Amino acid sequence: MGTIGIHHYLYLSAILFFIGAFGVLFRRNLLVILMSIELMLNAVNLSFIAFARHNGTTDGHVAAFFVMALAAAEAGIGLAILVMVFRNRTSVQADDLTLMRD
Amino acid sequence: MPGLLDIVIIVLKAVFIFGFALTLLPLLIWFERKGSAFIQDRAGPNRAGIFGVRLAGFIHNISDVVKLLMKEMMIPPQVNRTYFMIAPILGFTFILTAFAVIPWADHYVIGGRDISMQVADMNCGILYILAITSLNVFGIVLAGWSSNNKFALMGGLRSTAQMISYEIPLGLAVVGIFMVFQSAQLNEIVRGQGQLLFGFLPRWGVFVQPLGAILFIVAAFAETNRNPFDLPEGESEIVAGYHVEYSGMRFALFYMGEYAAIVLSSAMIATLFFGGWQIPYAPTDTIIAHAALWLKVMLAGGALGGLAFAGLMFAWTKRIRGRFGDMREHEGPILGTLSLLAGVLFTFFFVKSLGLHALPDWGARTVALVAQISAFAVKVLFWCWVFIWVRWSLPRFRYDQLMRLGWKNMIPLAFVNIAVTAVVLVLLKR
Amino acid sequence: MDAILFYILAFLAVAGGLLMVSLKNPLSGAFSLILSLCSLAGLFAMLHAEFVFILQILVYAGAIMVLVIFTIMLLNLKTEELQEAPVGWMRAILTAVLCAAAAFGAIQIFGHVQPQAIQVAPDFGSMETVGRSMLSDFVYPFEVISLILLVAIVGVVLLAKKVI
Repeated sequence: MGTIGIHHYLYLSAILFFIGAFGVLFRRNLLVILMSIELMLNAVNLSFIAFARHNGTTDGHVAAFFVMALAAAEAGIGLAILVMVFRNRTSVQADDLTLMRD
Repeated sequence: MPGLLDIVIIVLKAVFIFGFALTLLPLLIWFERKGSAFIQDRAGPNRAGIFGVRLAGFIHNISDVVKLLMKEMMIPPQVNRTYFMIAPILGFTFILTAFAVIPWADHYVIGGRDISMQVADMNCGILYILAITSLNVFGIVLAGWSSNNKFALMGGLRSTAQMISYEIPLGLAVVGIFMVFQSAQLNEIVRGQGQLLFGFLPRWGVFVQPLGAILFIVAAFAETNRNPFDLPEGESEIVAGYHVEYSGMRFALFYMGEYAAIVLSSAMIATLFFGGWQIPYAPTDTIIAHAALWLKVMLAGGALGGLAFAGLMFAWTKRIRGRFGDMREHEGPILGTLSLLAGVLFTFFFVKSLGLHALPDWGARTVALVAQISAFAVKVLFWCWVFIWVRWSLPRFRYDQLMRLGWKNMIPLAFVNIAVTAVVLVLLKR
Repeated sequence: MDAILFYILAFLAVAGGLLMVSLKNPLSGAFSLILSLCSLAGLFAMLHAEFVFILQILVYAGAIMVLVIFTIMLLNLKTEELQEAPVGWMRAILTAVLCAAAAFGAIQIFGHVQPQAIQVAPDFGSMETVGRSMLSDFVYPFEVISLILLVAIVGVVLLAKKVI
């Protein structure tokens, strides 16, 4: 409590990152996996911005901007792949994508 | 921490904006009905009345509100209840928050305090409006999805695709404005439109960025789902699209949200491209320097307006004498007397002010404030009328024509606009 | 005042994240993520990053999440009938907090953060400062990003076509 220092933001960023990682590892729905990746990227953004504020430079903002642009590109392609998968298998569960398993 | 007076001022500004936007809604609905009737050469609504007073169809708004309030807010059994109930709220609230950054007048300096006439003077004001516009989509998406109805889903999907497609030309068209006025703060942009271009034209956005203005206006029509882009909600196309399952006050929220979006888009067009609160050839300093003259002119204008309206009402009364047998014959005299009183009041103040030669500083600034707010209100009302006019003049776009226009015609044009603006700016700097 | 705002926004962000990874309905998960993203935007604004705050709402909540929700609606993805390996709330929170503590402990031991935040100018994080920095120091990554976005757009159109 009291003044909020950078440690608070770093803790929050770490917690969000691990919630996202948890989602990627333990959920089977492809869409939820995609959204968890977005959450991880956001946690990293928060860390960048917190350090930028702490160090007084705007380099962290620029980095966050690039991360956002990349996340947009990756979300677009991920969703396109998801739509293709759905077209072929009519399901977005990762369990059903077993064609290459022996 | 802002002091108590600062908080009170912000709350007052928010209340004013809320009041303006919401008061404009019944006026716009009445405008739409009577205006469309005028364009289509028919009479329009003229039946609803309170004790016989019909006010040329204005009472219809009140009866509409009463009807919508009293109608059963039925929730069909097959819908997803949570999202069904949240969707109209989302559709209406976001649009009202977007009004926070629109400047109504220049900074008002009174008692050593510099009050900006926006609720929030954000550094990137235009981007805030674009962000809110992109959040608007959620209300429609949720409404379409939760209704569990194929027509609603189709309408919702089409509307979503349309809105996100036209966000891009909307955003690109303002990039030219950024470049010319060198700022993303809306108040700075409006202030920059006070100078003169080529010596006689006011430096309005539409004169420095004609292509950008056209692109923005068309994209604004598409963003508000308004004709000619209203395929997702056309009654004859898709059975009213995404709000087919809504009734009662929920439907009223959607309806009001659409008209609030019209007011917002008109305010945006007026701010960015038509000088906002600037009166042509009279930037703020000019008005403050000649405040006494402006006061006399405004009072004279008010007097003339009141007397003219009174004359009109009495002429109308004379013309319809004996045609109807009820209260409508008395509306003319009542309205005429009221405006005659207003005109006489204004004349009285005008005569009293003829002796004034200089106003105190706060008086001069208040005169400037009132003049600028009135100018802005006139421009917003004009653009609202254009929205209504276009709706009843143009046929609807087919969905593939709409998408092709957005992606294949407007986006390349927007890029060309940016490139040409950049080249011209570099050449002019030499 | 700052502390209250931070804790509210942090709570909303974490709650949104937890709801997203635990709810079965993908649409509800998407909306929880939107809640989380908007709270993060608020945190960015608290850190004097005005430009990134607006971008977060414009790009993430307004465009990427609309795309995700659009896909859910298009494919008509319903609540999953198949019972996944049930991972409950408590396990999720516990795992996340433990891993976060481990990571943070590692930062404390191996990392170095100066104790005081530097005072910043009032226009820190404004569009002008960030844009200037981006177009002068970081112009090469800027151009590369635009190329990546172009490749992504072409890739998405090609991937989603039924007949190439």
